[in-house]
Amino acid sequence: MSQPMTEVAGDQPIAINRPSRLKGLRRKRTSDSGERRLSRRRQAVLQALCVFIAFTVLFPILWVFALAIDPREGLMRPDSLLPAGATLDNFAAVLERPTSNPIGFLDLAKNSLILATVSSVISIGIGVTAAYAFSRLQFRGRQILMLGILAVLMLPPVVAIVPLFVQFNQISLDLPILGEFNLRQSLAGVGLAVISGLLPFAIWNLKGYLDTIPKELEEAAAVDGATRNQAFRMVILPLAIPALAVTAFLGFVAGWTEYYYSVIFLTGDVPQYTLAIALNTMVGQFATQTPWARFAAFAILFALPVSVVYLMLQRYIVSGLAIGGVKG
Amino acid sequence: MSVAATAAREVSRVRSWRPSRDSRTAYLYLLPALLVMAAITFYPLVFQTYISFTDFRIQNLPPGSPGAEFIGVSNYQRILDNRLGIPNFDFFRIVLFNLWWALSNVVIHVIIGVGIAILLNTQGLRFKSAYRALFILPVVIPPIIIATVWANMFHADSGAINELLAILGGLFKVPAEAFEIDWLRQVQDPIPFIPLPLAFFALLAANTWLGWPLNSVVATGALQSIPRELYEAAEMDGAGAWQKFRNVTLIFLRPAMIPYAVYGFVITFNLFYLTYFMSGGGPFGRTELLVTQAFRLVNENRLYGVAAAFGVFMFFILLAITVFFNRATKATASYDT
Repeated sequence: MSQPMTEVAGDQPIAINRPSRLKGLRRKRTSDSGERRLSRRRQAVLQALCVFIAFTVLFPILWVFALAIDPREGLMRPDSLLPAGATLDNFAAVLERPTSNPIGFLDLAKNSLILATVSSVISIGIGVTAAYAFSRLQFRGRQILMLGILAVLMLPPVVAIVPLFVQFNQISLDLPILGEFNLRQSLAGVGLAVISGLLPFAIWNLKGYLDTIPKELEEAAAVDGATRNQAFRMVILPLAIPALAVTAFLGFVAGWTEYYYSVIFLTGDVPQYTLAIALNTMVGQFATQTPWARFAAFAILFALPVSVVYLMLQRYIVSGLAIGGVKG
Repeated sequence: MSVAATAAREVSRVRSWRPSRDSRTAYLYLLPALLVMAAITFYPLVFQTYISFTDFRIQNLPPGSPGAEFIGVSNYQRILDNRLGIPNFDFFRIVLFNLWWALSNVVIHVIIGVGIAILLNTQGLRFKSAYRALFILPVVIPPIIIATVWANMFHADSGAINELLAILGGLFKVPAEAFEIDWLRQVQDPIPFIPLPLAFFALLAANTWLGWPLNSVVATGALQSIPRELYEAAEMDGAGAWQKFRNVTLIFLRPAMIPYAVYGFVITFNLFYLTYFMSGGGPFGRTELLVTQAFRLVNENRLYGVAAAFGVFMFFILLAITVFFNRATKATASYDT
């Protein structure tokens, strides 16, 4: 977050306090020079505390991995992190066919990928211009529209299920080759429903970021003869790339793990099923007996791609959210 | 051409960006988003309000079927009076529990988050950055996965929690059979004088795991912005550890933590996955939240009219919460002010 700044702020006065060591200290980092040292006992106690916290954080994660490589199918629980006869069979089985529905993991993942990519790209694509208008331009109805977007943001997606379900269900076409098409029962319908929630989020989040870009940059562009559109394209957009990437990624995760609409909309048409539907079949309300080992393998395959990317982007996401989401 | 004339022209060009032409440009920039939102965000909300006054059921769904009967505020009335014919439905119990759920979680998250941030901010503590990197892990895993994994962890027969307790109990010669606790479905309350089911505490534990790390990140940012001289000055004035915490640390933490706690409250209030996958709202609907009940009204009961009215209630409850907190924090101040 504000690490680089604090190092500068924190270093100086200490160096000044100890003039004898001033020369060597200026450029050194704080970690071994400016900091007080802990007594050995204190260090040990605090380390023990940290290790305990690390254990609580890691335990569920390690548990899932242990469960996933456990060869004993059924209700047994693993008794060590590396169960006897560890195997990747569960992964193979899940890749082949995670649930009793005739669809493999890769096809599920493909549907989730399409859903996530398309809804994320569309929402930031049309969200960023709106965010720019809200951030920089004065126009009639600005306050009302902002309040409207805030009100929608406040609502959890569950609330919008009924109207979207009924509306999309009315849209049925009898297509010449493809047969009957019902928007509600299609991935496209789920995508639209996802966008209806993602777009206000994208606008709000991006507006929060654009607000932090100094107005002077555009004014300088204007003095150099740039039009509003040029300034937006050549000054604002390049500067907003980190925020665009983060917002797009968060939208992607929302689409990748989308649950409510997928489960309620996509009834019956197995080839359109997504990962979340398969997960629901395994452990949801109506699952009778969960094959936990296979569930664990499935959960890992489901979560790993987005978790790894999230971990890499985490710094930007957290500070971005702190700017856009909280401060507004 | 004189310099002054050029400058004047430039000024007028810059001026031309200002209000009069701004409105038209603004609407152009807004147009795509507004069109999409009008169709799939705002119109559905209006439509939802309309449905909430009708007896919309599954037979009204197929395209071309007769419209649902208009029944006035009957759906609202039935929700408030708990006359939906759904077992364990009690509107005010759900609202109260939901508020308690959000409040209890956020208080715990903030306390643990700040505590661990302070711990990791200790001068001279080793492996700080390694711990910080580790402790962010719960944040990066999709919530739906976390919820289903915790559902497994608290499972009575095949869960990790009972396994862990059995191992710990074994050290004290407690038989493993003592730890076949049905965390998520046990009907009897664990603490006699507190009317909360065991499932609530299991959910609380899972959500604590999920919730404190982000609080810790926010608190760390605030802690690192505290100039070290302040502590030194406080020490010179003879302040003890507690006084330093109260008069220096807390002062700097508050402006960062309060908006984040508000955000956390709303997020937790609407947290669907944990409750839905772990307790399923049970036992007897006692851990049901508004979001899980709303989903159930559509997914299981298929009472579309009632679900729409329920959504309208949720809107006003969330509006009340938001307005209440906004008064306190002014989190929505616009760019210019």
